[in-house]
Formats: sequence, structure tokens, C-alpha cells
Amino acid sequence: MTRPPGTARPPAAGPDRDRGLGRPPWMLVLPALLGLAFLVLPLAGLLVRTPWSTLGTRLAEPQVLEALRLSLVSATAATGVCLVLGVPLAWLLARVPFPGARLVRALVTVPLVLPPVVGGVALLLALGRRGLVGRWLDEAFGITLPFTTAGVVLAETFVAMPFLVISVEGALRAADLRYEEAAATLGATRWTTFRRVTLPLVAPGVLAGAILCWARALGEFGATITFAGNFPGRTQTMPLAVYLALETDPQAAIVLSLVLLAVSVIVLAALRDRWVNA
Amino acid sequence: MSRPGAPVTPYRREGDAGRSGLDARLVVRRGGFELDLGLTAGPGEVVALLGPNGAGKSTALRALAGLVPTAGGHIRVDGRDLRPLPPERRGIGMVFQDYLLFPHLSALENVAFGLRCQGMRKREARRVAAQWLEQVGLAEYASARPRQLSGGQAQRVALARALAVGPSLLLLDEPLSALDAHTRLEIRSALRRRLEGFEGAAVLVTHDPLDAMVLAGRLVVLENGRPVQQGRPADVARHPRTEYVARLVGLNLYRGRAEGTSVRIGDGDGGGMVLDTVDHLQGEVFLAFEPAAVALYRSRPEGSPRNVWRARVAAVERQGDRVRVRLDGPPLAAAADVTPAAVAELELAPGSAVWASLKATETRVYPA
Repeated sequence: MTRPPGTARPPAAGPDRDRGLGRPPWMLVLPALLGLAFLVLPLAGLLVRTPWSTLGTRLAEPQVLEALRLSLVSATAATGVCLVLGVPLAWLLARVPFPGARLVRALVTVPLVLPPVVGGVALLLALGRRGLVGRWLDEAFGITLPFTTAGVVLAETFVAMPFLVISVEGALRAADLRYEEAAATLGATRWTTFRRVTLPLVAPGVLAGAILCWARALGEFGATITFAGNFPGRTQTMPLAVYLALETDPQAAIVLSLVLLAVSVIVLAALRDRWVNA
Repeated sequence: MSRPGAPVTPYRREGDAGRSGLDARLVVRRGGFELDLGLTAGPGEVVALLGPNGAGKSTALRALAGLVPTAGGHIRVDGRDLRPLPPERRGIGMVFQDYLLFPHLSALENVAFGLRCQGMRKREARRVAAQWLEQVGLAEYASARPRQLSGGQAQRVALARALAVGPSLLLLDEPLSALDAHTRLEIRSALRRRLEGFEGAAVLVTHDPLDAMVLAGRLVVLENGRPVQQGRPADVARHPRTEYVARLVGLNLYRGRAEGTSVRIGDGDGGGMVLDTVDHLQGEVFLAFEPAAVALYRSRPEGSPRNVWRARVAAVERQGDRVRVRLDGPPLAAAADVTPAAVAELELAPGSAVWASLKATETRVYPA
């Protein structure tokens, strides 16, 4: 079907008729395929090099299980914190006009573009033992956050919250405001309206945001290692374990990576309909 | 409509002693638009706000509900000033244009929503809500989600939801516009019966004159944010005072100067004409007549009708079993209704010239 450019296309007939704009140009198709290969190849490499025969025993090793447990617990806790603080923040941004709202919205998205290591440094300066708030926490309550599991949760919350806020704010903006007006005419206060009308209406958006947030927290590396360190059983999450194992035991690194890959694929599958195709 | 069931007294705001209805003056400014409307409705009275798109009808209703801020005036319902209160404390019921039933709640939970907000216990609220659903004939749809309901059913649930809170003022925003013409007739008469049973004041917004005529005891016609005419539906329909109302009720309307039984229409220097009428009046008047009262001829008619003029056909439109012919001036622009046979016989087409006549007895003249 190749034709020199410029020649007239023969009168279309049969199934060809509906093709509309003609075949896609190779200048776009070729880079697209290369890009796809580049994304898929590393994953294929991971699968090819996985020591499938010893996979079971390696997964059952205490350090692996410990890192996995810590990762799941801290990512879930971080998602919880993000929900409790992020949903109200998203509501404020979407529903209450206030001066400086644009600036606040920009600030909320900073952790999205900030290198996570910088985030970790910033957290240390704020919440570290000598940090702005950390010093006071230490002196007044004897609470130390860096290099603890709580520190891991904080670091993950810092990098993951923007995902939740953006997702929920988008859902709130897309939701029909008139339902909230209807609730108000029925005597509902704004809090009741939020609880019984707004939140159920944007629940899909909150769920998508929470899953995204959880996935981001699970993969967090830079801010965690900077702010919480790398102590097995206490602050060593899966990504940290992968990085450490790569130098001592590459096979273990592959196994750990495979677990993270599996989790990512599951998350993607769960989100496919409402997020990826949206 | 009084709430069904007995032991709900703590939640009802009733007792005719305190009822004096609605007395409001609504001033809303938005960009270049200003609404300034005095509005009253007695207990049990249904007042319809009628007007073209953008006249401010819905804005007026939303101002009563507290959903748009007012720039001035007052809103008193049963002697209570609602203006400083947020919507949730106004004690009103509102039926929205597309009903806005909460999609995640069942029909029963939708009706129970307002009762729960008033502090009623869950079981009690559900019991009362079930009675309301029964009252609007939807008992078996209690567990249905809004999307499973037809338009007419959704409208009834919305009405039950609004009435269940025992409002002292009921607001209805185009309650029938989301329905197709077929179900509309039936729902309209059902809504009329339910509104007749409501003891508080009710304000209805519509752009459909038929809805307004059937449902309301009084019409307020709103144009460009100002009331231009009000009165009983029959009076408004018979004596339109603006072009918009005249078009709604299908009348030809002119403003002129009466001297006895003749009315001069138009500017008086050749543009207008003098029409003979039967009403004796002096001064500024409106003159109205029905399109069917105009007869068309190919040549100048002889005999009794004395109002005869030469006109040009501007448009010919089929309307049911009649044909509406729009006649251009000068001297008089008018609509005439004729039979399809007459159209063929007179060879009426845009641009053709005809003679038009109107009997004096077919005109209505009333002071401007």
C-alpha cells in the first residue's frame, strides 16, 4: 500500500472508506515504538533475571519480610495521614475562595517537583532534633522524629500528599455544586453536607487519590533515607532494602524489586478504569 | 400538605396562628444585571414567577433560598426575617429544576435527609419519610436509587423531600421542565393537587404559561429583573401588558390612545392607524385581539368589519390544524390564524399582499 507522496489516493471502497485521516506517519510511529520498548525493556530484564527457582525461599527471608511489612505499614499509615489532612485541604482549595489560594495551590504541588532528597533535608531542618519545630517537640514532649518509623511515615506523607490533594480537588471541582445547595435547603450545615453529600459524591476521586498516594509512599526512597535513615526493622523500607541489597546480594535486590513491581501492577490494574483511561 | 403521621410534632413548624406567608423585597446585583422584585404570597397561595430566560426568575428563587446573596430588601416568612440566615436555617423547602436527588441515597434516604438534619433519630426519620413516599404514591420505590426512577417519579420524591421538613415557604424551580410533554400533563395536575394541600406560601418559577396558569393562583411576570405585570392568571392572559406576555398567551397587543370607541395605534404621523372598538375609554390604552379574529382577503372586503388594512405577508407557519400568518406593517404588524384551505385559496406566501380585517367586537381595550 505504499505510494509516492503526492499521488492521488484511489477511490476508497469497502472497509478502507472509514479510515478518515489515512495511515499514521512513521515519523510518529517509530519514536512511539522506541519509547514503548524503552519503558518495557527494563521490566522484561527484571523478569528474565529473576531467580524463579529460589524465589520462594528468598521471599521468606526475615529481612525481606521485615522490609515488606515496614513498607506496607508505613505506606498505609502515610496514606491515612494524607487522607485526614489532605481531603480537608482539597475541600478548602476547591470550595472556599480566599486570598492567596493560587499560592497555596502552588505550594501544595511543590513536593511533586522537588527532588525527594531535598524534601528529606527540608524535613530534617524543620523536624530534626535541632529543627524549627523538632527542637521544641524534643524539649517539650521528648518526641524525636528523625530516624524512627514515625519519621518514615512523615517523609512518605510529605511526598505523597500532593497526589491526594490534586486528585480530590479535581473531583470536588468536577462535582455538581447544586447537590450541596440542595442539601443546604434541606437544613444541612456545611459539615453535614460535606459528610453526607460531598464526600460520597467524590468518593471515586478520593479512592483514586488514596491509591496513587499509597503507591507513591510505597516507592519513596530519597526523603525517607535522608530523614529517617536506613535501619533494618525500623526505617528500612523495601526501596531502601533494594538499594542496599544491590551492593551485597544482587539476587535479593531482584527479588525485592519483583515484589515492588507486582504491587505496582496491582495498583495500576485497580486504577485502570478511573485514572489511566480518564 | 400536612405531614402524615402523628408523633412528629417536635419537628413541625406549623400551627396556623403564626402563618402570615411571604413578604419579600429582593434586590440582587450581579455584574450589569439588577433584580429588584417585591413579592408576597399568602399562606396556601401559589405565586408563579413567569418570564423569559435571563429575566431573573431563578435568581429570585435562589435569593429566597439564601443561595445567592441579596444586596438589599427583606425576606419575611410568617413574620420571621430570613435575610440574615444561611440557607440551612431558613426553614424552606425547594424543588430544583432537575430535582437533584442525591444519587448515592435511596428515595427513602433522600426524603429522610432533611428530617435527619433537623435532629430526628434515624429510625423515626425513615418512618416519616416512608409515609411521605406513600403519600406521593411511591411507597414501593423506597429503596430505589434516583437513577432508577422516571422523571415523574423523581419529581414526586423531590417534592416529598422538600415538604418533609415542614417548610413555611416552598420554592419550585421549573418543576415540570425536565419532563416530556406526554407525562407533563399528568404530573402537572398531580402537582396542582399536592400544592393545594400545602399550607405555607409557595413560589413557583416557570417559563411555561400553561404551568403557571394551572398551578398558580397569582402570576408575577418578570422582565429584565423587574416585575412588569401581576394578577390572577386569567386576568393576565386576557389583558397582557407587555409584548412578552402577549406572545405567551398568543394575543396581538398594541399600545395606543383611546378616544371613545376609537383607538389610535402607532406614532400618529402616518405610521399607525385608527381601530374601531366597542369599549369606551380615554387616554393611554392597550388594545389586544386574538390572531383568529383577523380575516384575510385578496381584495378589499365589503360589508360590516370597519377595521380594514392592507398588509404584506412576512411568514406563514403551520401550528397544529391552523396556519399562523405573520403580517408586516405599515400600518399594523399582526399575527392572523387561518385555515390551511384559506392559505391555498389566497395563495399566501411570504411577500404577497393581502387585505386584513378585524371586527370591532373582537378587540379588547384596557387602560395602560
